[in-house]
Amino acid sequence: MPAPAAGTGPSRAVVDDGDVAGLGKARAMAFLAPALLLISLFLVFPALWTLYLGLTNYRLSGSAAKNPQFVGVDNYINALSDDRFFNSLGLTLLFVFGSAVIGQSALGFAIAWTMTRVRKSVRAVVEFFVLLAWIIPSSVTTFLWYAMLDRSNGTLNAMLSTGNTAWLLDYPLQSIIVFNTWVGTAFSMLLFSSALASVPPSQLESARMVGAGAWAQFRDVVFPHIRGHVLTNTLLITLWTFNTFTPYLLTAGGPDDRSNILPIFIYRLALNDGALGQGSAISLIMIIINLVIATVYLRLLKERKS
Amino acid sequence: MTAVQGSTSTTRPESRQMLRHFLGLMGKSVFTALVLAFFVIPVLWLVFAPFDAHPGLNVKLPEFTFNNFKVLLDNPTAIASLGNSLILALGSMVVVLVLGSLASYSLSRVKIPGRDLLLYTLLLLSSIITGTAAMVPTFLLMVKLGLIDSQFGVILVLSGGILPTVIFILKDFMDSTPKSYEESARLYGAKPLRILWDVVIPLARPGLATIAVWAVVQVWGNFLVPYILLRSPSKSPAAVVMYTFYTEGGQPNLALISAFSLLFSIPVVAMYFFVNRRYGFRFHGGIKS
Repeated sequence: MPAPAAGTGPSRAVVDDGDVAGLGKARAMAFLAPALLLISLFLVFPALWTLYLGLTNYRLSGSAAKNPQFVGVDNYINALSDDRFFNSLGLTLLFVFGSAVIGQSALGFAIAWTMTRVRKSVRAVVEFFVLLAWIIPSSVTTFLWYAMLDRSNGTLNAMLSTGNTAWLLDYPLQSIIVFNTWVGTAFSMLLFSSALASVPPSQLESARMVGAGAWAQFRDVVFPHIRGHVLTNTLLITLWTFNTFTPYLLTAGGPDDRSNILPIFIYRLALNDGALGQGSAISLIMIIINLVIATVYLRLLKERKS
Repeated sequence: MTAVQGSTSTTRPESRQMLRHFLGLMGKSVFTALVLAFFVIPVLWLVFAPFDAHPGLNVKLPEFTFNNFKVLLDNPTAIASLGNSLILALGSMVVVLVLGSLASYSLSRVKIPGRDLLLYTLLLLSSIITGTAAMVPTFLLMVKLGLIDSQFGVILVLSGGILPTVIFILKDFMDSTPKSYEESARLYGAKPLRILWDVVIPLARPGLATIAVWAVVQVWGNFLVPYILLRSPSKSPAAVVMYTFYTEGGQPNLALISAFSLLFSIPVVAMYFFVNRRYGFRFHGGIKS
């Protein structure tokens, strides 16, 4: 072992501020800098640029691509007077409500709840398959559902004997809601399983002793324990569902915009039709909605910590 | 049913309890069966079709063959795309591990002014500026930087997106590693980078492994970012290339797609369950695919 170096000798060492390796502020900043640079360039800058781009008539090609003009809030006025935008916003609300709040949350809870009262082996099998849907890459899961819902050879039509129902054409929004429920339920299930595990069995036991039914047990004993988790879960999956692009691979927003949720709307408007300015304006609206959800979530998290 | 109800009227409390128990058992079993059907049936295609001599879109027991994998191996685009997925996944993993451990270590050990605010902002940013919400400016930025159709560009964008979560989680791990080893290493004159490499990294290995797997899973399945930033099929990852497998007749090439899907899915599924078995599920802010 070499002798202690002159500068970092033990004499200067023992100030108990947690900086045990003698990093010092300057070096700490240097360690931090590369990460912050990457984050600023590819995460923060794009967000800020959206602000500016949304105020221009920037296009992917043509004269507005070379010399974009400043058009002020025109893009926002256009968006707010565009039926396609409101159609998309409405579809997104239905999609998020149907597949996240109702689908994933309710189904995830129901599974977690039921799995506390079945044999261990059954539980392991169910949890494995629910998780599998979550882990398989989205390009593959969308193909699996494309096959399931196919008009002439799909397994769903064969199972329900519904003839040649073209699910993706006749019920596009319902299809992507069911699909997204299928994909995402695992998270809610896991979260609620760990929440339910924290309910003291003695309390449930005494509730049962005084003859409380299943519903009363749930309302008076279980729910107060998991209330925080319900909120956390709802906010997180709302945020994720609101931002998912995967349904594009199933319906591409169609037919006739009937499953044109916001992410797909932005993609088609900005990158297919080339209206980058208009697309940025709508992206900003999306970021603001994200901000509201995330702020509520982080505030809750902080409250629970303190 | 009628028999049970009939006896209810005679001896009340016990039979009522039995009825309730029976109904509960029924409900439980029916619900479990339905849940299993819902989650298992779509996946069956992925289990059977790759080994079926005549794969269709429907789920059916296969006429067993390995021929579909031969079709896959004979398709250079398909094989190359799996390689591309690997490049993107490992590239991003290395970037976030190196930058993430440097950053989280310094945040964990030194009270830089505004540290808590910085962590809070990072977490907020990563959850609101998602790939979808920022696709327009990201695309334009990459055009301006000349990084369209560059795998390096995709790695940078993906790493930038997941790095805040990585730092947040790794800082937790770094906070919980014992500090006494660093102190003694320092007394022997080791420089901070050396302490980080020789002392801290080995101690934080479980955390780093979790993060590495998580990063790979995130990038491996990502569709949107490579879809908008890459142009050449020869550079595109599996998630994107999968949607170009059509026969001359314009029908999806099911032999190829089924075998490809299976090969594409197995690594992440295996890694996920490996990490789960080893370290258990953890809940952190933004962890999800």
